[in-house]
Amino acid sequence: MRRLRFLIQKEFIQIFRNKALLPMMTLLPIIQLIILSNAASNEVKDVRVAVVDLDQSELSRALSNKIVANDRFSLVATPFNKKEALDLMQLDQVDIVLEVPSDFEKQFYRGEAPQLQTLVNAINGQQATVGSGYLSGIIGSLNGEIRAKEPMLFPDLAKPNKPIVVTSNNWYNPELDYPHFMAPGILAELTALLTIVLTAMNTVREREIGTIEQINVTPIKKWEFILGKLVPFLCLGLLLLTVGLIASKLIFDIPMRGNIGLIFAYAIVNLICVLGFGLLISNFAETQQQAIFVAFFFVLIFVLMCGLFTPIDSMPKWAQYATIPNPLAHFISVSRKVLLKGSGLADIKMEFLYTFVLAILFNTAAVWSYKKQE
Amino acid sequence: MSETKVIEVAGLTKKFGDFKAVDNISFEVEKGEIFGFLGANGAGKTTAMRMLTGLSKPSSGKGKVAGFDVLKESERIKERIGYMSQKFSLYEDLTVKENIRFYGGIYGLSRQQIQTKTSHILEELNLDQVGTKLVKSLPLGWKQRLAFAVSMVHEPEIVFLDEPTGGVDPMVRRQFWEAIYQAAELGRTIFVTTHYMDEAEYCDRISIMVAGKIKALDSPDKLKDQFEAGSMDEVFLKLAR
Repeated sequence: MRRLRFLIQKEFIQIFRNKALLPMMTLLPIIQLIILSNAASNEVKDVRVAVVDLDQSELSRALSNKIVANDRFSLVATPFNKKEALDLMQLDQVDIVLEVPSDFEKQFYRGEAPQLQTLVNAINGQQATVGSGYLSGIIGSLNGEIRAKEPMLFPDLAKPNKPIVVTSNNWYNPELDYPHFMAPGILAELTALLTIVLTAMNTVREREIGTIEQINVTPIKKWEFILGKLVPFLCLGLLLLTVGLIASKLIFDIPMRGNIGLIFAYAIVNLICVLGFGLLISNFAETQQQAIFVAFFFVLIFVLMCGLFTPIDSMPKWAQYATIPNPLAHFISVSRKVLLKGSGLADIKMEFLYTFVLAILFNTAAVWSYKKQE
Repeated sequence: MSETKVIEVAGLTKKFGDFKAVDNISFEVEKGEIFGFLGANGAGKTTAMRMLTGLSKPSSGKGKVAGFDVLKESERIKERIGYMSQKFSLYEDLTVKENIRFYGGIYGLSRQQIQTKTSHILEELNLDQVGTKLVKSLPLGWKQRLAFAVSMVHEPEIVFLDEPTGGVDPMVRRQFWEAIYQAAELGRTIFVTTHYMDEAEYCDRISIMVAGKIKALDSPDKLKDQFEAGSMDEVFLKLAR
């Protein structure tokens, strides 16, 4: 155990002496937090619509006006036929084409349920689904308005047969403020990733310069070496988390409904887990380049499958299971639950459990694969 | 086993695939001896040394270092030996004192012992003025002598030096060998690899490795007689052809 103290002391001296490391661990995350939290938004704004009005009736014009009036849409063109409209889509000048058939008004007042067609540019899937959803909403509300205005035209609806109305309230994030939703996740992501990369690089660097050989020729225990790397970087990770939480509070005023102590308690387990992973990588890399490549391979998978950008619930079943060994997914889930929902320990016990098991697995593997002898 | 033999090796072999880097070598080293390990680059010196220090697992053969089995007790061996590798192995971003403290701590020295050792080493090497300077700011010769001193911080029975004088000027090499003699006088066994033939003359006994095998092993004078050569240079050239 005494040896461990010297290992940790040495690591801290090196960390504080490294001019680039501390700014990198504090300033860069804040910059990333600001940029990503604002930019990584799922909100759909400014959908460009082209209306092909083959009817040119009062009703079809009312529909166009309604679309123009909505600030999510901008009516960019009114081509005369569908082909022209599709050409515009091909040139990426419109996102949605709405085609109004020639007998639209006539059919509508006859009660024949006319068919409107929307063509959506689904290259941007988000824009497509959300945008066409908004558009259907507009059409539906126009429909309702006219029927309400002229009930005599729709005798079958004259009786007070109100449709069922669903009102939705967004709990935990009532204004659908994206930074509130994104910032806790990005914070978790940054903390985990920076620590994975830093430990992997740090240990491989010792291999490159040859000091690891000098360590290997001492009677040091393998677990002592691994712990000697783990503890300093755990502290660094917690520092990063603290800085990030303060920054998120000051900049985005993110809610902190739950117990911050719980976040830190979980973060310690999670950091031990990802640090073990970083050390595991370092055991198989001869050079820092190799370590970076391997780390990035996993980091990309971790980030894209952690629920930050794509909700885990909307992934296919196999992919949902694949997020179980992803420490990042648990970290993001915990930080969102605790900060936004105010969840307690009982609500995040599964995340705790999975991360704890992963931490043991990764660190055991790291100790086991660390070779003092070739 | 004799009390005075600190290294005993029989049939030690290291294979990398089909290539035998070290091919069935056997020798013994006496306590307090300066044992030189000579050979061209790639002759297998470093590999042999790495097996003795427990950094590399022998493919076959057996050996004892400081009374412990190289196959089964490499961690016990590590407590008893010092090692200075070819690559410079102190932390450049730590100061001289911090390096001594770190390695002292790793070898389990007490705070008190570390302090005594530190002042002893600084005095010995005339490094008093630079004790708090980063190691990277020192000239190479000083670094090498410091690395040697640090490799003996825990007072090991045997010190393994892998080409310790590579790239330093003749003045420093001379100082370095004086330090080696001092260590040997304290009863420490020195196992040193080199490809400088003049350095070979300083050793009590030398072995010359060619292509993984030991081709000659004796004192420098006897080897010169045996090969009818005027200098170790000639002996070496005759062997290597």
